[in-house]
Amino acid sequence: MAETITKAQTKTAGPLEGTSAHHGMVAPGEAAFAQEQLREAFGADEQNRREVAVQAKDFSVWYATNEAVKKVTLDFKERFVTAIIGPSGCGKSTLLRAINRMNDLIPGCHVTGELLVDSRNIYSPGIDVVALRRAVGMVFQQPNVFPKTIFDNVAYGPRLQGGLSRAALSDLVETSLRRAALWDEVKDRLRGSALSLSGGQQQRLCIARALAVGPEVVLMDEPASALDPQSTARIEALIDELRKEYTIIIVTHNMQQAARISDFTAFLYEGRLIEYGATKQVFTNPVQRQTEDYITGRFG
Amino acid sequence: MRLSTRKILDQTFTGIGGLATALLIISLLIVLGPIIVRGMGAIVFRETIERRVLFLEHFGRGNSETVEAERQRALRARQPIYDAIKEFEAGIIVKPLEEAAKQSYREFKEELREKGVYGSEGSEKLIETAKSVRDDFIAAVRLEDNEEARQLTQALIESPHRELLAGTAMDGVFRMAGDYLKTIETVDLSRRSAYTASLLELKDLIRQLLGPFPDDPRPILVRDQYGETRWDRARLVAHELLYKETYAEADSSGMRQGIEVPRVEQFRGTPVEPIFGMVESNLGEMMLPRLTFYWRFITDDSIDAHFFGGIWPSVLGTLYLALFAMLFAIPLGVAAAVYLAEYARGTPLIRIIRSCIDTLAAVPSIVFGLFGLAFFINVIGVSDSKSVLAGGLTLALLILPIIIRASEEAIHAVPSAYREASLALGASKGKCVLSVVLPAALPGILTGVIISLGRAAGETAPIIFTAAVSVGLPLRAWETLSKPSPVLPWTIYNLATEHQLVDQIRHVQYGMVLTLVVIVLLLNATAILLRARIAGRLRS
Repeated sequence: MAETITKAQTKTAGPLEGTSAHHGMVAPGEAAFAQEQLREAFGADEQNRREVAVQAKDFSVWYATNEAVKKVTLDFKERFVTAIIGPSGCGKSTLLRAINRMNDLIPGCHVTGELLVDSRNIYSPGIDVVALRRAVGMVFQQPNVFPKTIFDNVAYGPRLQGGLSRAALSDLVETSLRRAALWDEVKDRLRGSALSLSGGQQQRLCIARALAVGPEVVLMDEPASALDPQSTARIEALIDELRKEYTIIIVTHNMQQAARISDFTAFLYEGRLIEYGATKQVFTNPVQRQTEDYITGRFG
Repeated sequence: MRLSTRKILDQTFTGIGGLATALLIISLLIVLGPIIVRGMGAIVFRETIERRVLFLEHFGRGNSETVEAERQRALRARQPIYDAIKEFEAGIIVKPLEEAAKQSYREFKEELREKGVYGSEGSEKLIETAKSVRDDFIAAVRLEDNEEARQLTQALIESPHRELLAGTAMDGVFRMAGDYLKTIETVDLSRRSAYTASLLELKDLIRQLLGPFPDDPRPILVRDQYGETRWDRARLVAHELLYKETYAEADSSGMRQGIEVPRVEQFRGTPVEPIFGMVESNLGEMMLPRLTFYWRFITDDSIDAHFFGGIWPSVLGTLYLALFAMLFAIPLGVAAAVYLAEYARGTPLIRIIRSCIDTLAAVPSIVFGLFGLAFFINVIGVSDSKSVLAGGLTLALLILPIIIRASEEAIHAVPSAYREASLALGASKGKCVLSVVLPAALPGILTGVIISLGRAAGETAPIIFTAAVSVGLPLRAWETLSKPSPVLPWTIYNLATEHQLVDQIRHVQYGMVLTLVVIVLLLNATAILLRARIAGRLRS
């Protein structure tokens, strides 16, 4: 099952042009408009090369009888940064955590509809959750490094899969730390406790740890909300770097942050997807009234 | 609330807290202080020559030449006592004299037979004479009036029979008569019966103090083969020897008060009288006390049911039991805790299991002991009879709830962020528990282990029926599967309640208590250090 979701998998999802008309928009009336926005942003040729990494189809998440995410239909584009915004309790974290099935940990949580990663419904029976989580990494709100050494933190994921020589593991740890822009700061104390790092460093370590497993998609749940502005800036710069290689889906409360770092923005309100489109369009010219109210700070 | 009121309240709380802590420390000192001081008495004390002889003979420790030289030196100091007793005894305890006289008479007849003159007319007269000499002597020693006895003895010595029987076995009787004449000069024969009891008492005390008399047959029990091995005990016995405790007439309140009467009063004017002065002034020379540090108290086998030697079998038994209990309880307890904390849902069955565990923790320990006997030994038959294995299993059951509860709490206390991070990295549930949750919960689990370890090492009731015996040899590892062992808590109890002569070996008992306390404290300290190290490693 580990091979069911890998980069080698042939991607069968249609081009952006084809899918966005059906799933990218909530209000069918605005479909053409959003499509146009996308064309504007990336040009038609580029769009055709872009593929869908994660796709939600009428996807709902229930906590017992409470529907936290309501029939969301939406595509997350491969190697783009998509921001999910919305007021507290709107279900954005729930949606994010549904993508690597972290909600499974919550008793009474179940889903309806489909959620496709690499065009496979991850909630269909027979899906290997462990393999899914390797393909879809996650970075949490609080830097949750393990009480282990820096090296062991990064090596944790690869070690679970095993089969790596000592040297290969060291290389992988170095690569991952370099990608997370942490290598230069910690290369001399890899055997030191991860808990001795600063909050910002810990969060980058968490990112390195997630990257070491070799995911395609990285989910970030308000990754900078617990950090000071300087650390936040570094995380944002890092995300900007990572977008070249990874599909990043980020939940954030910070409008400016969403505007700065994301290519696409989805606005959720009370579990419903209100608006989804290119970030520039959502922030400058939102289609929905609620979006505008939220972005301008009238509520939420 | 006004600021000043708040301040006063604040200070009051601080004060109460400080007071409580201080009380705790003081009570700890009050409890531990005497245990430590008295317990150390088993290890650091002044030993006597008796102990050096004992250790040479039983453990082969010490230089035999120097010990022998010291023994001779002590014997020289003691000899006047032995001589005085012997002299006095001759006048008091006359049975041996009578026996000796009869023996001489028999030997005399034997001589006649050998010469072939037995039965002749002359010999009959000789026999008649010898018989009368014998009977006169016996009559003389039986007399309780000094003057009469002296006259009779004198007459016997001066009688013509002596000439007649010279050169025969009957010479012995005349010699004894001569000695007895001297004895009569010093002993008031009329008080013979009174002296007899006092003398026996005195001799017993001397045996207790100095060991058996030189001409005693070697006693069977080791405890009787040696005098007091400890100077403090020797001084106590010496005091008992010098002063006899009696009770005064009841006073108006009806209470009788113990008073000490110098024992020398009983022996005024007898050859024994100087003994008391000797014991009082020369005890050191008789016992040759010397300060010793007996650290091997912990590692020596006991000799003669804890009379001498160390407590190693009990210490080893305690360690074995604690080890066994941990061996069974930790894996079971942690596994159960992992299941309850990580896997079990709140079904009714799980709730029942949880309350069962809590109930188990409240079951009296003696019930565990009976259960262990009934189940492990009688039903399952892990061993034919009591064994360390059965005791370890019983103790494991006893501490299981503690370990489960503590481990479960510790696992619950692990931040769920760790679990999420681990699972998000593609760890399976089991991997997550093993690689992240358990290491993070380890300090808390160790706390439970610490508490239960102390409990297991100190618990008495569960092992009475399953593992403990009062006296035994140290077990080898494989013997623990089938044999019982002495165990400190039980041995302490047993010494205190059932030992015949517990007053003489209080120091052993205190030494055991101190050892048990130290073992438990050491185990705890190790676990606490371990825990601090792990927690420290986790933190930075």
